[in-house]
Amino acid sequence: MTHAEVKNVNVWYDTIHALKDVSLKFEPNTVTALIGPSGCGKSTFLRLFNRMNDLIPSFRMDGTVMVNNQDVYSKEIRIDEIRKNVGMVFQKPNPFPKSIFENVAYGLRVNGINNKAVVEETVERSLRQSALWDEVKDVLKKSALELSGGQQQRLCIARALAVEPKLILMDEPASSLDPISTARIEELIFELKKTYTIILVTHNLQQAGRISDLTAFFYLGELIEYNLTKKLFLNPDNVQTQNYITGRFG
Amino acid sequence: MDTKQLKQKIVFTIFGMMSFVVVAILVIILGFIVFRGIGAISWEFLTTAPKDGMTKGGIFPAIVGTGCLVIGSMIFAFPVGILSGIYIHEYLPENWWKKFLRMMTNNLAGVPSIVFGLFGMALFVNYLKFGDSILAGSLTLGILALPVVIRLTEEALKAVPDGLRLGSYALGASKIQTIQKVVLPVAFPNILTGLILSIGRVSGETAPILFTVAAYFLPRLPESISDQVMALPYHLYVLATSGTNMEETRPMAYGTALVLVSIVLIINLSASLLRRKIQKKNKMN
Repeated sequence: MTHAEVKNVNVWYDTIHALKDVSLKFEPNTVTALIGPSGCGKSTFLRLFNRMNDLIPSFRMDGTVMVNNQDVYSKEIRIDEIRKNVGMVFQKPNPFPKSIFENVAYGLRVNGINNKAVVEETVERSLRQSALWDEVKDVLKKSALELSGGQQQRLCIARALAVEPKLILMDEPASSLDPISTARIEELIFELKKTYTIILVTHNLQQAGRISDLTAFFYLGELIEYNLTKKLFLNPDNVQTQNYITGRFG
Repeated sequence: MDTKQLKQKIVFTIFGMMSFVVVAILVIILGFIVFRGIGAISWEFLTTAPKDGMTKGGIFPAIVGTGCLVIGSMIFAFPVGILSGIYIHEYLPENWWKKFLRMMTNNLAGVPSIVFGLFGMALFVNYLKFGDSILAGSLTLGILALPVVIRLTEEALKAVPDGLRLGSYALGASKIQTIQKVVLPVAFPNILTGLILSIGRVSGETAPILFTVAAYFLPRLPESISDQVMALPYHLYVLATSGTNMEETRPMAYGTALVLVSIVLIINLSASLLRRKIQKKNKMN
């Protein structure tokens, strides 16, 4: 059973209190959208799960983050183990300047899996899952940089899937893509939630409404409302949420 | 035309003229050296040792000597410079130690080359008893090249987009795996260019080899790294200032200058060609 949970988390960057006592539980096989104006802490929140915030020297936190019943910030746990179990897709497609095949195989190779048959099978499965296989199966040796932006982003999704994560984090995965590529990514997210739990940061409220089951609204580092997406967009409990989704600020 | 536009036109005309001056200076220098030196160039000049008080013969031992020094200095400077460049840029957090290392590197780059020569003589020639030798000269030149290599390595690493590093970490790669498999392959063409450019720099230096290796006249070729050698820049200095027959050595001096400049130009040109080729190849695979 996939499980992600955040309990009483506070985050600081130097003296800036970026997340204030946030607690949230994520259901398996759902898509949860994190929305809120820039600087509200939603990206910081997303990066708690694979400890990407650790790369920022001024980052400090307390509270608990659990993924799969494992304390992500426990001292005994190895950071690369965590990152292997949590896939991440970034705002801008960031394929490595390697072949399409090697991009997907990368996560396996750095985790010590080099068996040729296993690698080939995983690459194919991941590319199929990310709906890219039919477009690239004959050109797997070609540089990933020659793909279109939308294809590159689906390649990055395949790359994340290859290490079989439990949880997938997406940081505005479609914000740099054209509408057609965006639609494909959204369809893909819809497919992927059958297998994975997805947490998605988006600035695009329509997108959150279209693809997420649950939505969390952040404002000034606080979690204002966490609700079913339908409920949150049609009839939010909180007046601040109401103001944000109707465009009164943000 | 109103005054605003006129002003702009005048300003940019002045800027343009200044850039023309830069080009003109280079063209004049090269033209002058080619004009005065081309007469001395012959197969014999390139392949034989000087003779008759350096008024005849060629500069072959100096070409070989410069080659030895360049190779020797790079064997020292490349690993030390590249590895510390990677350490400073990829590994160190932004703290006082990193700032200190950067400051030291920059200061090392600012030391006049004659001071390196003096230091090389004191440390390598006298204290470590290498004597006047290829070894002492190469190490001295290597120290001179070091800050250039470090800085160019850092620049090359800085040009690698951070998104690639994050992408690699997110897949569970360690820092060293990320550097090895993602950062260095991307930075490699630029690092290589930097290295080749530093070769160009080193091959033209005179002061560091003055007291550490360079021979006034040594027609035979070196047999080991403890031998002295002639070198092109020093040979040029000798021909221009302290020959026995200045009138007759003058053409030889210009010939030597032409060879030296050509070598540096060829090295720099090959750097940009090589980079373009690798970048193309990176895109293909």
